[in-house]
Formats: sequence, C-alpha cells, structure tokens
Amino acid sequence: MPVKDIIEIVFHGRGGQGSVTAANLLVSAALADGNKGVQAFPVFGAERRGAPVRAFARISENEINLRSEIYYPDIVIVQDESIIGLVDITKGLKENGRILINTTKKPSDFDFSDKYGVATVDATGIAIKHDILVGGIPVVNTPILGAVPKILDKVTLKSIQASVKNKWKGELAEKNVRATQDAFGEVEVNF
Amino acid sequence: MTVMIDTGNYIAAKAAVMAKPDVVAAYPITPQTTLVEGIANYVASGEYKGEYICVESEHSAMSACIGSSATGVRTFTATSSHGLLLMHEMLHWAALARLPIVMCNINRVIGPGWNIWADENDSISQRDTGWIQFYCSSNQEIFDTIIQSFKIAEHEKISLPIMVNYNAFILSHTSMPADIPRQKEIDDYLKRYRPQWNLDCDNPITFGNIIGTEHYEKIRRAMQDAQENALRIIPEVAKEWKKLFGRFHGDLIEKYHCDDAEYILFSMGAIGAESKVAIDNLRSRGIKIGLARVRTFRPFPAQEIQNLAKNADLVVIDRNISIGYEGALFTEIKAALYGKSDAKVSGFIAGLGGKDVTFTNIENICKRAIDGKTKGSTWYGFEGAN
Repeated sequence: MPVKDIIEIVFHGRGGQGSVTAANLLVSAALADGNKGVQAFPVFGAERRGAPVRAFARISENEINLRSEIYYPDIVIVQDESIIGLVDITKGLKENGRILINTTKKPSDFDFSDKYGVATVDATGIAIKHDILVGGIPVVNTPILGAVPKILDKVTLKSIQASVKNKWKGELAEKNVRATQDAFGEVEVNF
Repeated sequence: MTVMIDTGNYIAAKAAVMAKPDVVAAYPITPQTTLVEGIANYVASGEYKGEYICVESEHSAMSACIGSSATGVRTFTATSSHGLLLMHEMLHWAALARLPIVMCNINRVIGPGWNIWADENDSISQRDTGWIQFYCSSNQEIFDTIIQSFKIAEHEKISLPIMVNYNAFILSHTSMPADIPRQKEIDDYLKRYRPQWNLDCDNPITFGNIIGTEHYEKIRRAMQDAQENALRIIPEVAKEWKKLFGRFHGDLIEKYHCDDAEYILFSMGAIGAESKVAIDNLRSRGIKIGLARVRTFRPFPAQEIQNLAKNADLVVIDRNISIGYEGALFTEIKAALYGKSDAKVSGFIAGLGGKDVTFTNIENICKRAIDGKTKGSTWYGFEGAN
C-alpha cells in the first residue's frame, strides 16, 4: 500500500555513477525548500562498479518514520538509459507516476509514455559540454538533478544549485551549477 | 542550533566529537567504518582535539578504552557485529571496573554466512555484560542518545559503560536531518567528567587483584544497584533534554497511542519507527492499538511493561533470536509479566539478516496476533507468505 503525503523517488543507475550522491543532493535541496522530512539511502549492501544499482529518496512536509525500501515510487529517475530493459524501471510506479530519463530521445520514444509522465534530458551531453568528467567518463548525477524541478514542485532549482555549491567548491561547483541550469532548460516532458 | 543532514554514522561522529572525549580508540568494521572515518576527518580538520588511537583489533580497542577510562578521562569507541563479539571479554571487564565508556554498536548480522545487514543478535548476545543498552530509531535519536549517554554513564549513581545501538545501513547509511545544538550548549550540558576513582601515576595503587567471594558478590550487587538507578535516572535525563533542547524520544520506552490501546506492539530499533506508520494505518481502520518502542534493553523496563499490560494484549517483534528458544524481547517481556498480568503475548521473529520489514509486514503481524492465529513464537514471512 502506498504511503500518503510522502514523495518517494527511486534512482536507477550503474555503480559509480553517483546515484547515492544525487539522492543526497536532492533531499538537501528539498530540506532547504521547507520539507521537514527527508531521507536518502542506497540499496543496503555492497554495490559493484558498472552493475545496475538503486538509490532512494523520500520527501515530506512532516517527519518520516518509514525505514524500509521504496516499493511504490512516485518518481523514477534513470541515470543510464541502457538499464531500461535490464531492470523493470516502472515496477511499482504509481498510476500518476513520473519518469525522468537521461537520454537523447524524446518522451514519446518510450512505449510507457502513454501510461506515465515522462521527462527526458541529455544529461550525458550536458556533462560532456561542461567538462564534468571523471577518468574521461561523463558524470551525469548532478546535471540530471537540474531537470527534477520540472517534474516535482517540492524542490526548486535554486536549492539544488545551493546544494551543489555546498558539496563542491570553485570551478567544479560552478560548472555543475551551469549543467543543472542547462538540464532545467532543455528537459522535454509529455505532460 | 543548525540542521545537519547526513547518515546515522556521520551524525554519530558529530555527536561523539561534540561530547569532547579525551580518547577515541577504534578499529573499523562495516558498517561502523564511516563513523570512525568521520571522527578521523574531525581529527584532520582540527575539530577533534583528543587522542585518537588506531588499534589492531576490537579486543585492543576496548582494552585501550579501559586503560583510558581508568585514568579518569572521557572515552568513546564504536564497533559492529564480529567486532563487538571480539570485545566480549573486555566488555565484562569495562563494566565490572565501572568505567563509563560510551560505545556505538551498529547492529549487524553475525556470520557465517557473511552478511553485513541489520540484525540485533550481536548486541543481544552481550546482554549479560553489565552494559546499559540503548536502541535508536532515527538519526536525531542517535545524536541525542550519544550526548545523553555520557551524562548517564558518568553519573555518580551509575558509573557503567553504555552501548548505543542502531541498525546497520537502515540508519548507519541513511541520510536524515538532525538538529545539532551549538558547541557551547553541549559544553554547558556535559560538564567535564569527574571520576570517583582513577589510575594516577603519582599515587600508584593496584586494581584487579584476587578478591574473596564476599567482596566479589558486593561488586556484582553494586552493578545491579547501578542499573536499577539507571531506571530512574534515564527518564530524568530524557525529561531534562526535552526542557533544554525540545526533543523527546521516550524515556525507557517510547509510547505511541498507548493510552486507550487494547493491543500494544513492542519493538526496538528502526522497526520501532516503521511501526508508527503501521499503528496509524491500523487505527484508521478502527483497531485500538498502540506502540511501545523499547529504548533500553538493559536496564530492562519491567515496571513500565507491567503498567502497559494492564489493559492490553501484547505483540512483540524481535530482530534477533536466541537459538533454541525464541526472540529475546519476547522472552523478557513475558518474564516481566509473570504473576502480574494475564495479558496475552504473541512473539514474532522478523527482519533477520537485514530482511526488509515494511509497515505492511508489521500491520500483518499485528492482525495475525489480534485474530489469535498465532501461538507462542512465530517466524514471520519465513515461507514467503506475508
């Protein structure tokens, strides 16, 4: 049974893509936006680099007493498009649920777009454009967060950017902030 | 006061450092590792100015803490699972020597088979060492309990070590917000530790020598008296904390909707928080049920449990099992009620090995107990049937 008054978010990514960091940045922003109850946590255990992984976030106006994993999310964020097909990303997604995908495709290109709200943004392209690379690999976790305020009104872009600046310093922070700005501007939605 | 959003372990590290222990001696073990890593970061930044001793095992960690605390200075450590078990001998030593060491234990499975997830068998199996045991259900409670524990452990009527337990990953690696008081407020609350005795190089004396049965019995009796004092002092400390900082997590037990309850659910740790959601849902369907989240397993709050059982049948969830019998909390609650109550008590084992326990699972447990479909101790969901 779903829980009332709590927005539950599942991040799908690959080990090393910073899904847990993304969840933490998002809930820090949500807290700053006045949501008193927030939580961010990994799938408990030992993750492997490159393997499909999940992270979770909860956002509420009140203190959250839930301590279990998320089975019926309101929002699914897919950091790596290649996971779709390997993992059933719509599993448990609520009827009016929304899916944000890092992809060069449009929302209508996904067959679940007639059933769910779908948002797409090329976070990989944005990461490359802003030179957000680790070991030559684009890091998409921060850029994709810029698109979240377009699918969730409880979090503002301003707070997400403040969270980014709180986590990193100097030019690294600035280019991540610019990336979130681009994602916010470029995201396409089918709703 | 500032709001810090971080994992249970990093918030525990913050609390430990703000309590200004003179010595931290620890050995890393998953899932405790990020806690001692957090303290190491405070050493690097200069925020922690005490002595931080990296040792070669948990037995050595507790031995170093005993040496430190015996010289009369505030001492902190942290461990988990097999680390706690390796300390076992020295846990008894610390308690018998009446040393007010505060230690976080991140409840984790005991192997083999190897598993790093939440399970309370590690600390439950240290029940008889003489340590006071707290079980926390939120990151805020972890922070508050660590600070309070120094006050309680160092209280002249107690002088016993305290284990602050919280579930692996479910709390240790989950970010949640916690209000952090200013350092000045903590300093005012937690005065410098004044030991009743201590090792002193200038005035050498011998401890740990052979003593006769009569005196040994007195030592044990004094420990028991100290634990019984804690039954009174822990609620006083909780009340004072509420007055000073506005937060209250319960005293020996956190009670939620117990006043008119016909049924009361007992649980500990993170399951105790999730249980509140189950209680809300069951109440919305007209079932008069409350929650009693046990915060102190030692000292055991027998009197409070007797009071709660006056008008209600009890349901108990254990994230542990005493193999060959049943869940430890279930056993203890029934013993507390012997001859004082005819309340029906149903016991359930759930969440071993870190298996997720959802509010839906907890509602089903309560419904099964209320419907009278269980007898004695039940392994919940063991055959996949929830």
